[in-house]
Amino acid sequence: MATVAPEQAAKPATKPATMAQALGRALRDAMAEDPSVHVLGEDVGTLGGVFRITDGLAKEFGDDRCTDTPLAEAGILGAAVGMAMYGLRPVVEMQFDAFGYPAFEQLVSHVAKMRNRTRGTMPLPITIRIPYGGGIGGVEHHSDSSEAYYMATPGLTVVTPATVADAYGLLRQSIASDDPVVFLEPKRLYWSKDTWNPESPATVEPIGTAVVRRPGTSATLITYGPSLTVCLEAAEAARAEGWDLEVVDLRSLVPFDDATVAASVRRTGRAVVVHESHGFGGPGGEIAARITERCFHHLEAPVLRVAGLDIPYPPPMLERHHLPGVDRVLDAVARLQWDQ
Amino acid sequence: MTVMEQRSTRRTGRTAPPPAWQPRTDPAPLLPDAEPYRVLGTDAAAKADPELLRRLYAEVVRGRRYNAQATALTKQGRLAVYPSTTGQEAAEVAAALALEERDWLFPSYRDTLAAVARGLDPVQALTLLRGDWHTGYDPHEHRVAPLSTPLATQLPHAVGLAHAARLKGDDVVALAMVGDGGTSEGDFHEALNFAAVWQAPVVFLVQNNGYAISVPLAKQTAAPSLAHKAVGYGMPGRLVDGNDAVAMHEVLTEAVTHAREGGGPTLIEAVTYRMDAHTNADDATRYRTDDEVEAWRDHDPVLLLERVLTERGLIDEAGMQAVRDDAETMAAALRERMNADPVLDPMDLFTHVYAEQTSQLREQAEQLRAELEAEAEASEGGR
Ligand SMILES: Cc1ncc(C[n+]2csc(CCOP(=O)(O)OP(=O)(O)O)c2C)c(N)n1
Repeated sequence: MATVAPEQAAKPATKPATMAQALGRALRDAMAEDPSVHVLGEDVGTLGGVFRITDGLAKEFGDDRCTDTPLAEAGILGAAVGMAMYGLRPVVEMQFDAFGYPAFEQLVSHVAKMRNRTRGTMPLPITIRIPYGGGIGGVEHHSDSSEAYYMATPGLTVVTPATVADAYGLLRQSIASDDPVVFLEPKRLYWSKDTWNPESPATVEPIGTAVVRRPGTSATLITYGPSLTVCLEAAEAARAEGWDLEVVDLRSLVPFDDATVAASVRRTGRAVVVHESHGFGGPGGEIAARITERCFHHLEAPVLRVAGLDIPYPPPMLERHHLPGVDRVLDAVARLQWDQ
Repeated sequence: MTVMEQRSTRRTGRTAPPPAWQPRTDPAPLLPDAEPYRVLGTDAAAKADPELLRRLYAEVVRGRRYNAQATALTKQGRLAVYPSTTGQEAAEVAAALALEERDWLFPSYRDTLAAVARGLDPVQALTLLRGDWHTGYDPHEHRVAPLSTPLATQLPHAVGLAHAARLKGDDVVALAMVGDGGTSEGDFHEALNFAAVWQAPVVFLVQNNGYAISVPLAKQTAAPSLAHKAVGYGMPGRLVDGNDAVAMHEVLTEAVTHAREGGGPTLIEAVTYRMDAHTNADDATRYRTDDEVEAWRDHDPVLLLERVLTERGLIDEAGMQAVRDDAETMAAALRERMNADPVLDPMDLFTHVYAEQTSQLREQAEQLRAELEAEAEASEGGR
C-alpha cells in the first residue's frame, strides 16, 4: 500500500482517505496532544509497521515515543503494563491477529484485571491494536478473527471500526480511555477509501454505541468490522427481492449496545448476525442470545447467524468459501420464513 | 578450541561478510562466580557494619515471626493459604531494604514478607491470601505492585515501569522477585531480554529455594546456575547466599545502585531453602527427605546473624530478647487484627471492572441488589 506522510494526511479539506491513513493520523494526533502516549511493538519504528500504520511516528516523535521492541508479544504487552503503571499511555501493536496469542496471559491475567484487583487504584490505559480477519490472501496465522477470545474476557473493552471516520474516532477514544482497549483493525478494510475530513474527524458517540448504517424495515443485519461492507452490499441486492434490510454496525463488541440492537430488531422483527469469525462459540451466539432475551415477543423468526466455517482459518486459495459473502447473507435472510 | 575461536578460522579463501551487528558485550564480567557470594561465616564478617547487622537481625527475626504467625492463621482458617518464606527471610528483607522510597517492588505471590518489610500494612498485604479483595493496598502508596500469582508475569511489568521512569527522567529502580520455577516461564525470558536491550533500571531477584512446589531445580533447568542465564541476555549474573542477610543486602544494593546510575539490569540468584512446605496445602514429605531439611537448619538466616553478632559482642541475650519481644508484639497485633471478620460489600463486585460501568454490568448490579434485598428480607422475616 502507498504510505502517506502525516503532513500530507493533515490537509484540512474533506478528501478521500484510507482507513490505514485515518488510523495513522489518530496515533499521530494523540501523540502530539498527549506526551504520555507511547507507541510500541514489532517494526513500528523505522518501518512504520508492516501495514505502515505507524509510519512517520518515530521520525516525528523519536524512538522513545515510538519504539521498536524485541520480538516478544508477552514482553511488549507486559512492558506496556508497567509503563501504564508509571503514568504512560502505551499503544501496543500486535503485528497480526494470531501473533497476539503469546500475549494472552498478560492480557487476561493482568491487563483485564488490574483495575479490579487493585480496587480501582491502578487503572491501565493501554490500547492494543490488532489487525484481524481475512480476505487479504494472508498465509496461515495471518487471518484469524480473534474477537471472541477478547469478548470472553471481562475487563477488556473491544472495539472494531468499519469506516474511515470510525477508525479515527474510535482509536482516539480508545487511547483516551482509562481502561485497556483491544482495538481490532479489520485488515481487509485498511485500504477502503472514504471521503473524510481529518480536521473534524472524531466519532461523536462514545465507545459502546452501535449505529444504524442503513435503515430498513424487513429485517436487521447485525454486523461489525470486516463484514459491514458485505452486509451493505447484501442489503442493496436484497432490494431486488423486495426486502428492505436494516444494517447495524456494532463498532463496539464490549460494551455491547443492547439498546440500539434491540430497538432495531423490535422494529423489523427479524435478525441475522453476520461475522467472519467462526460460528460455534463465536460472537454471534452471544449476540443472538441477547437479542432473543430482549426481543422474543417481537421476533417473527429465530435469530440466525451467518459466520465463518468452524474450521481453522483456511488456506487463502479457499478463504472465499469460508468467509460469509453476500449470497450466504441473502440465503439466511430468505430463511427468515418470509410471510409476505 | 572455543566456538569464538572457530568463527575466525578461515577454511576457504572467502570470508563471510561482516555482520551488520557488532557483538555488544564481553561475557567475562557478566559471568557469576562459581560459589555463592557469602559474608557471614567468612573473614569479611568481622568488618560488617554493626548497625547494619543489628538492623538486619531485627528484620529477619520479625520476618521469621511473621511467617510463623501467618502460617498459624491458615490453621485458624483466617487465611485461605499462606506460602511461607521461613528460611528465606534474609532474601525477602534484603529486597525491601535495598530499595529507596521512590523505587518499586514487584513481588511474586510468595513475597508478602518483602512487601511488609517495605512498610506495607501486614493486614492489607494479606488480603489476597485471606480470600478478601485481591489487592488490599494502593500499589502507588508504597510502590509495591500487586502480588503476582501467575508466575513470572510481573517481571515484564517491572521492566516497563523502570523504562517509563527513565523516560520521564526519574532515577527510579524496579526490583522484581521470582522463584526458581518461574525462571522457566517465557515471561522471565522476555522480561530479561527487554530489560537488557532497553538497559532498563531493573534488578531481577530469583530466590532459588530448591523446589517449585515438588519439582527440584535439576528438573527445572540444565543451566550451570540460574545466575548464568544473565549472560545470554547481556547482563551481569550474580550468585549469592540467600540465607546470608549481609551478602544479600550488599549484592542487592550494588545492583540497585548500578541500575540507578544507568548501568542497566542485573540478575541475582539467591541460593536459599524453603523450610516449610510450598503452602499449608502441600505435603513436602512426598518429594524431599527430613535429612535434607535438617541439613539446612545449621545455615538458618537467623542463626547466621546471631552467630556473628554474639561473636563480635554486638548483642547479648537481653538484646536478642528485646528483638524477639518486638517481633512478638508485631505478631500479636497481626493476630488480633486478622481475627476481625472482614466486611465486604457485594455491590463492589461491579465497581472496579471498568472506569464506567457498562450497561451489561448495570443490569447485573440491579439483579444482585434485588437478590440482596430479598435475602435481607428473608433473614429479617426469619428472626
Ligand atoms: C503461570 C503459572 N503456572 C503455574 C502456577 C501454579 N504454581 C504456583 S506456585 C508454583 C511453583 C513455583 O515455584 P517457584 O517459581 O520455584 O517459586 P516458589 O514457590 O518456590 O517460591 C506453581 C507451579 C502458577 N501460579 N502460575
